[in-house]
Amino acid sequence: MKTVVIPLGPFHPLLEEAEYFKLYVEGETVVDMDMRVGYMHRGIEKLSESKTFDQVPFLVERICGICSTSHPLAYVNAVEDLIGVEPPERAKYIRTIIAELERIESHLLWMGLAGHFIGYDTVFMWAWRYREPVLDLFELISGNRNHYAMMKVGGLRRDIKEDDYPQILTSLEEVKGGTELFIGAVMDDPVIHARTKGVGILTPEDAVAYGTLGPTVRGSGIPDDIRRDDPYAAYDLIEWNICTYEGGDVFAKTAVRLLEVVESINIINRCIEQMRPGPIDLDLQNIPAGEGTGHAEAPRGEVFHYVRSDGSSRPVRHKIRAPSLMNIPSFKATCIGEKVADAALITAAVDPCYCCTERTAAVEKGNEGEIITGAQLVEMSRQKTARIRNDLGEVPPVEKLVQRLISQ
Amino acid sequence: MAQPEALNDLRAKFGDKIRRVEEKNDRRTYVNIAEGDLTDVARYLCNKEGRLVTITGIDTRSGVELLYPFFFADEHHLITLKVMARKPKPSVPSLATWLPAANWSEREIQDLLGVTFTGHPDPRRLLLADSWPEGVHPLRRDFKGLPE
Repeated sequence: MKTVVIPLGPFHPLLEEAEYFKLYVEGETVVDMDMRVGYMHRGIEKLSESKTFDQVPFLVERICGICSTSHPLAYVNAVEDLIGVEPPERAKYIRTIIAELERIESHLLWMGLAGHFIGYDTVFMWAWRYREPVLDLFELISGNRNHYAMMKVGGLRRDIKEDDYPQILTSLEEVKGGTELFIGAVMDDPVIHARTKGVGILTPEDAVAYGTLGPTVRGSGIPDDIRRDDPYAAYDLIEWNICTYEGGDVFAKTAVRLLEVVESINIINRCIEQMRPGPIDLDLQNIPAGEGTGHAEAPRGEVFHYVRSDGSSRPVRHKIRAPSLMNIPSFKATCIGEKVADAALITAAVDPCYCCTERTAAVEKGNEGEIITGAQLVEMSRQKTARIRNDLGEVPPVEKLVQRLISQ
Repeated sequence: MAQPEALNDLRAKFGDKIRRVEEKNDRRTYVNIAEGDLTDVARYLCNKEGRLVTITGIDTRSGVELLYPFFFADEHHLITLKVMARKPKPSVPSLATWLPAANWSEREIQDLLGVTFTGHPDPRRLLLADSWPEGVHPLRRDFKGLPE
């Protein structure tokens, strides 16, 4: 059979990052793939060397727009490891609260986009409706819906007011209720099962060999979580559970994210319950020479920062490794053998700050061929869902849920 | 301070090859080795269930210092191998031949710091633009920007 090459990317109008996937296709089956990144390389590691230690959190906060607190958190962990200090206890709890709020916000965002990809726009609206109160909480705590500027070497820039506790707890209760309804509906929906179960399987062996992280590895049943394995912030001061799911397919990764939303809400509730008034910042004067490494479990997996200092006011070297750099290469293990209509969903399941499908061209053996746009590729995926739904001949639970909620 | 098992094993097996061990604290250890021993030691750490987190390169006067952090989840410990790739032609054996997790990290360092990873299965450019000149590496200390 003739092999057709389908390039996906590099730009997607919805999201922030550009990547380029080249799918080699026979009939409808993906037989090989190749990837390219680097379209958005901004030289942040180099730029960081020209900033003072106190300015760097503002810079690295801007690496990602969705998980913007993970990088500053990993950076302050690295610098604190370098100096050999620990932040005050209240700062640890508040760092945990901010990081977990971000996880909720990011997972709900992903849930909505995955729903859109498979043709469930109601899922998209539903998930984003519950993301909104979380962003409002960020505004309440930090003044910003994004880029919260909370992290600082040795502590925090801003405290959480005790007057705000009731609002935080009420909003999270609402989000929890919505997510639990959602979990019930998604776990039983036959159309979602048909689209996501057994699709894009990442075996535990591949998950380890590629060094995958976050929900990508936990969706393969491996309880790998840097919050437990190298505790920072308050993760060793409270009770919490790692969420895993067996299977390694798109469904398992979805399930892990949904379960983590609920677990994150539990973590925040415990932090608010346990934390006591106190200082939130150490009075650090200067950073000694040395080296330090810091991790943080971002919504997509472990963020790793390495900082070396020569005793001056600026880092000599600041290395940053985001989780997608480890997760994206695993597509080679998950996409091959799958159908083209599922490729967008499989890549999206890793939550790679997407970018797959804006401009897609189909080229046959090097000849200029028909151009398929990204919208058409998403359409292919949506049509597949519609076919499955028609064959099923009944209204799926997710739609029943939404209809019931609308009629209330 | 309890010694992590992985570090004790490493000392027992490669004692003569370890040049220096810096125990930064109870969760971080840095181990200096020669670049010729990198493959053996890295493979040993992987077999002991160490996870290669990433690879960091630092340009220094005598060469590019490469850091290979291996994370041992059960022991809450990070062991970082330090290797010096000597100038003028810094080069170390590639781990990507047997460890997919090293693939992109090595390509990244090849782009930004000009280290050759011998035997790399796919040594194409990863991050730099197609129009970027050959042999110019932006994280080297002598990089002063591209010519106009």
